[in-house]
Amino acid sequence: MSDRKPEGGRTTDAPVKSHQPFADGDAVACFPIVSRTDFSETTFLLEIHHPMMAKAAKPGQFVIVMVNEHGERVPLTIADFDRVKGTITLVVQAVGKSSREMQDACQVGGSIFAIVGPMGIPSEVSNAKKVICVGGGLGVAPIFPQARAFKEAGAYVIGVVGFRSANLMFWEEKFKSVCDEFVVCTDDGSAGIHGLVTQGIEQAIIAHGDINEVVAIGPPIMMRACAETTRPHKIKTMVSLNPIMVDGTGMCGGCRVRVADRIKFACVDGPDFDGHAVDFDDLLSRLHRYKPEEKQAMERYSDSCRRLSLDPTKANDTGTQTAIETGGQ
Amino acid sequence: MARKTIRTIPQERAVMSVQDPEVRSKNFDEVSHGFDLENAMLECERCLMCPEPACIAGCPVSIDIPGFIAKMLEKDHRGAYDLLTDSTQLPAVCGRVCPQEDQCEGVCAVGVGTDLEPVAIGRLERFLGDMAIEKGWQKTSHIVANRFRVAIVGSGPAGMACAADLAKAGCSVTIYEALHAPGGVLRYGIPEFRLPNTVVDAEIANLKALGVEFQCNILVGRLFTIEQMLDDMGFDAVFIGVGAGTPHFMDIPGENLNGVLSANELLTRCNLMHAGEFPKYDTPLGLGRRVAVIGSGNTAMDAMRVSLRLGAEEVHCVYRRSEVECPARREELHHAQEEGVTFHWLTNPVELLGDADNNVRSIRCIQMELGEPDASGRRRPVPVAGSEFDFDADTVVYAIGTSPNPILGQTSHIGLNKWGYIDTDDSLATSLAGVYAGGDIVTGAATVIQAMGAGRKAADSIRRYLGIRSSGVVYKPEQSGFDGSLFGIDLAEQNFNRIRLT
Repeated sequence: MSDRKPEGGRTTDAPVKSHQPFADGDAVACFPIVSRTDFSETTFLLEIHHPMMAKAAKPGQFVIVMVNEHGERVPLTIADFDRVKGTITLVVQAVGKSSREMQDACQVGGSIFAIVGPMGIPSEVSNAKKVICVGGGLGVAPIFPQARAFKEAGAYVIGVVGFRSANLMFWEEKFKSVCDEFVVCTDDGSAGIHGLVTQGIEQAIIAHGDINEVVAIGPPIMMRACAETTRPHKIKTMVSLNPIMVDGTGMCGGCRVRVADRIKFACVDGPDFDGHAVDFDDLLSRLHRYKPEEKQAMERYSDSCRRLSLDPTKANDTGTQTAIETGGQ
Repeated sequence: MARKTIRTIPQERAVMSVQDPEVRSKNFDEVSHGFDLENAMLECERCLMCPEPACIAGCPVSIDIPGFIAKMLEKDHRGAYDLLTDSTQLPAVCGRVCPQEDQCEGVCAVGVGTDLEPVAIGRLERFLGDMAIEKGWQKTSHIVANRFRVAIVGSGPAGMACAADLAKAGCSVTIYEALHAPGGVLRYGIPEFRLPNTVVDAEIANLKALGVEFQCNILVGRLFTIEQMLDDMGFDAVFIGVGAGTPHFMDIPGENLNGVLSANELLTRCNLMHAGEFPKYDTPLGLGRRVAVIGSGNTAMDAMRVSLRLGAEEVHCVYRRSEVECPARREELHHAQEEGVTFHWLTNPVELLGDADNNVRSIRCIQMELGEPDASGRRRPVPVAGSEFDFDADTVVYAIGTSPNPILGQTSHIGLNKWGYIDTDDSLATSLAGVYAGGDIVTGAATVIQAMGAGRKAADSIRRYLGIRSSGVVYKPEQSGFDGSLFGIDLAEQNFNRIRLT
């Protein structure tokens, strides 16, 4: 058959790091960035060459990324994959140190130090006849492959996307192409419905009495609101949780969440869970665990960036972020 | 020369220096300095050279212990190392982390039934392992390549031992590792002061010298399945050594409070991600001032001693049995006590209490007393009614064991037993033809050397499965007698395809 060995996107000029005896080309050590799109001041898209991952990825799965060997492991949802080109797409919002660093450092022609996955259980594309796919902010990216999969499975797909304002919108046309109906909500009313995605959901539920399922991805507060909106209607609602993660392979429990009052590990039991059974208060409070450190890392990074812009000879080294800022995951 | 007896050997163990507890509890440098040459030679003198050595039987990988000690006494250190590494792939690692008191040293004739300490076999092994690293000794000659390709899942001790044996047999071996650095528990689990990463790197370099290829950032079971490895990727056999890394929690109220984490998470953040060096490294740690570790195995000891070094003011161990039943390696327990960890035996948490911000504040514990022995032969702890008390802690670390990682079971049709561990037969073969498994994913959490033993055993089974003659079996033409041979070829050789009956 074809792949005799995983092609992790090896390049011939992988940097040899003397202090890391295992980074001498043995590891699949280099993941080239083949394209980048900036949607706004803080949000950007990276397309990364990784044929095996592109072949294996399914909607709902995520990867763990390290920008460099000093980096932390950051979970990011696989927003799209192209099995023909052999690439996967990540959409990132620069919120903390690591994502800011990605924004600064990840350019086309460059590469990422480590990327591993696809992690998590793929989203179940049920045989629902009518689904609402809800994406809040960056959640629009990971909900897209799911909407596409539902469409391919023959479902009637209603897309509901929410942004703070019209200038943060992205993938509108792409998303429309896999939806039978498409609703935009903005906090400031600069496009579509003036309000939250929950209003879009309410309208869709009223218009269609036969919605079988709602799938929502976005910030945890938004996913909770979606789950509360559908609860009285008893419509099955799936959410993709984004707790803090370290390894992503189920060996540390850093990502544990409470679902139906049982401990689950989002990285191996999820990240998709029944929104009506998730303890969102617990998730939100756990996401705040490292706030002081995140702030400290971000400040140091900003300082070093300022210093660097004044004095390009100074090296920079610092910082942190966690999953909370990476929207979808 | 007259035969050595218990009376004629040096009565005291040779001296090995360790860092002062006051100093070492503040740094990550190795606690034990190991033998110097003079003391290593002195310790060798204490071996009685038993004609039927119990120590070999006590070693999970059957190292010829008197053999290598005899070579050391002849000052042939290279020969001693070569003999040692016939059996073990990681002498510098196992000499440091084996629970020798339960293995080779536990049955050494010098220590059994006397008031003497047994021969310090582990320290001698470590001495040779370190010497080899220092002098760059490697054993790579005499490998004749064959056409077989074998994949190993997981680069921990089981995978490494299996890879080494198969590489020596001439197979082309690829190890897949999910994390970004190889070594498994040796890298993310066992901390620097017990096992320096430089030692792990050196052992990995030895494997590479044998031609073993490491591929990191590959999550087998998700990126590709075990079945795909055999079908699409063309591997002739697969060994699964993924460990049992999913931590247990107790399922008591308050476990999701902030500041409650598994020892695996703490150790991974510290050892693999260098969270102790935050913000130079990006991973935060968030360790409190008063740390309570629940459990008392080696993982608990590591978590406690790491916490001390990361600046915790007080570190407490909460364990439901007594010190006698403590499962940790004796030396680690002793070191932890020296470094100032406070132990609370016969104490069990029943609830974790938090503050308004959802941070853990204290543990509600209950006193225990020991009752009748349970299935494991240890006396079962029973709660004492009405003895609850609150115990302040702002970080609670769980080190109460692990359960099998579910990923492979979720994605391949491999047989699992009722606990979720991979089911194997005596030869470590799984329900999938050509797929073998060993180490913690088969037995549950155990020791580094047991994982290595399993890796070697699986390598032997894979050799037999592939029809590669085992170098461990000396060929004798009439081995099985006349009935056991065909045209003078021993049936045990399995090369039946060379024989055609008309």
